[in-house]
Amino acid sequence: MTAPQETAEPAGRTPDKTAASRVAVLLRARELGIVLALAALVVVTTAVNPRFLSAQSVRDLALGAAILVVLAVGQTVVVITRNIDLSVGSVLGLSAFATGSLLQAAPGTPVVLALLVGTLVGGLCGLVNGALVRFGNVPALVVTLGTLYVYRGVCFFWAGGQQINADELPPAFLGFGTATLLGVPWLLLIALAVVLVAGFALRSYRSGRELYAMGSNPRAAVLAGVPVGRRLLVAFTVSGALAGLAGVLFAARFGTVDAASGTGDELEVVAAVVVGGVAVFGGSGTVYGAAVGALLLTTIGSALPVLAIDQFWQGAIVGALILAAIGTDRAVAARVAARLRRREAHRG
Amino acid sequence: MAERVGNRAVIRRLAGWDRAIIALLVAFLVVAALTVDNFATGRNLSFLVLDLAPILLIALPMTLVVVTGEIDLSVASTLGLSSAVMGAMWQGGLPIETIIPLCLLLGLVLGAVNGLFVTVFGLPSLAVTIGTLALYRGLALVVLGDAAVAQFPGAYTSLVTGRTLGLPNLLLPLLVLSVVFAVVLHATPVGRSLFTMGAGVDAARFAGIRVARTKFWLYVLTGGVSALAGVLWTLRYASARADNGSGLELAVVAAVLLGGVSIFGGRGTLWGVVAGATLLAALQNALRLADVSTEALTVVTGLLLIVSVIAPNAAGAIRSALLRRRGGPTPPAAGEPSDPPPTTSPSVPSTSVRSS
Repeated sequence: MTAPQETAEPAGRTPDKTAASRVAVLLRARELGIVLALAALVVVTTAVNPRFLSAQSVRDLALGAAILVVLAVGQTVVVITRNIDLSVGSVLGLSAFATGSLLQAAPGTPVVLALLVGTLVGGLCGLVNGALVRFGNVPALVVTLGTLYVYRGVCFFWAGGQQINADELPPAFLGFGTATLLGVPWLLLIALAVVLVAGFALRSYRSGRELYAMGSNPRAAVLAGVPVGRRLLVAFTVSGALAGLAGVLFAARFGTVDAASGTGDELEVVAAVVVGGVAVFGGSGTVYGAAVGALLLTTIGSALPVLAIDQFWQGAIVGALILAAIGTDRAVAARVAARLRRREAHRG
Repeated sequence: MAERVGNRAVIRRLAGWDRAIIALLVAFLVVAALTVDNFATGRNLSFLVLDLAPILLIALPMTLVVVTGEIDLSVASTLGLSSAVMGAMWQGGLPIETIIPLCLLLGLVLGAVNGLFVTVFGLPSLAVTIGTLALYRGLALVVLGDAAVAQFPGAYTSLVTGRTLGLPNLLLPLLVLSVVFAVVLHATPVGRSLFTMGAGVDAARFAGIRVARTKFWLYVLTGGVSALAGVLWTLRYASARADNGSGLELAVVAAVLLGGVSIFGGRGTLWGVVAGATLLAALQNALRLADVSTEALTVVTGLLLIVSVIAPNAAGAIRSALLRRRGGPTPPAAGEPSDPPPTTSPSVPSTSVRSS
């Protein structure tokens, strides 16, 4: 998927509109593919059991997906810069526990403040990740693998084996986890807002485009005057902050928080992002794709019991889906590249 | 001449972290033996070796994979699937002598699937093995569900957990395998070619190295060794479960990186990795004996991992700053921000300047 992006970018050099638009169509087709897969899954499942589309079941699905969507958006911001953030599961746990402790100590805390505190905790964790990557000159994979352990360990120390139960949290906060606005759950609205804001910023802001440039070709980005270090810090801070936000949503939705909350989420998030068409080597993909990928993974989880497929198949299906997604990306990219090369040759 | 100077500089920089981690290991073992009760006993040694075995075993081929600039995150799932299949076949009444080779064969096949995706289809190994991580673990659940199979023959379980002449049975095979891998990586043309691939795939290809074929067989090897670790794991705990060894991939990668192998490939030593894996296992063991919560271990593991990658870079930056002050030729900085710094190529221009 990097190839079409690279060819689309220097549009000023060769004003090749048809090629560029064809690339755009194919890119759109990539996201369309996941949407179609999602639609097919929903249709089949509903045909088997119409109650799959009942209000209650859709709401459960939306609540479950909201948290993964928020995480996936943060991960996308990092992955398009050709980095990765493996610490998100631990950051989620830390922020969930921090928010839970705060609400336990001060039950009068308004929900908005709780959201802010969680986001801030996550943002700090992300800033540490970014600073280590930027100033330590070390790969993000290693740094965030390290902080995955460190943040989780800090969380365990802090919790000391205790867990925060639903009856210790203020009812206002728990109500927020299930409350709706015009029939739409708040959690889903927050996730939607995150997707739209991030999608707009990545698409229409200079700094957003620069993230793509960094992922597409790091050295060229430096030569083009992109403030790579600063953008990197921002990308990791955003990812951490969104993981923190997801932690608050987690606490509100489940009501029970212990030190192990969110363990292993990092791989599910990366899976959602990859399935959503964001290339692991950066430079391409959108948060919309990642959000649909997250939605697809969540839907698979809740569709299996309806389809009377053993729940144990879920992991295998997700794995196969990841392989199919990256395989498709590679095939599409290769075909586009070949077609563009042929065109160039024709023009001579 | 220039070439040799360059190589020596690279080797010196490498040796820095290796020696540090080995020194750290020795220091830790001495301190633990003196301060932690029951640490330096034969009984504890056998527990230590049993804890170390799966991590070290998988870390050996993983080192070769990482040196070529790739990664395999599916190892723990391969372990789990081989354990689950072992359990299912044992339940099905097959003799253990048939089961074990079949499990190893399964591991080779699983590794070949990874290798196929990475080399033939040319997909990024990180994404492929995250996919097969989910896939293989999922298949393990499909095979065995949440059941556990026990009652493996005592002769085999005690072969894994037992001791001969006071030494744990697994110690000698681990040592031999470590030496074999070290020799292959550091003293054979194949090993050299792995470093070349890690330093630059194109250069390796132009040098006539069969990059794709070698990487494919490395993945097959990693799969096979992971399945072997799965068999040992099952026999050690006398329990086959689908979730055996979950999350072990991170510990293995941590051990490899802690041992000073560059995640970008082209740099690292096998003895560093052996020391790194042993340090992790010894830390875990000592903390458990000292009744320190295992959470402390996760923090220490994470911090060590971060330090292990930052320290060599910091040392390089300081060295180049010193050289600059002395007015000598400036070697390139410890690495460009986001581009994998190939180890040999930066040293070539700088040495050619020096020699001219």
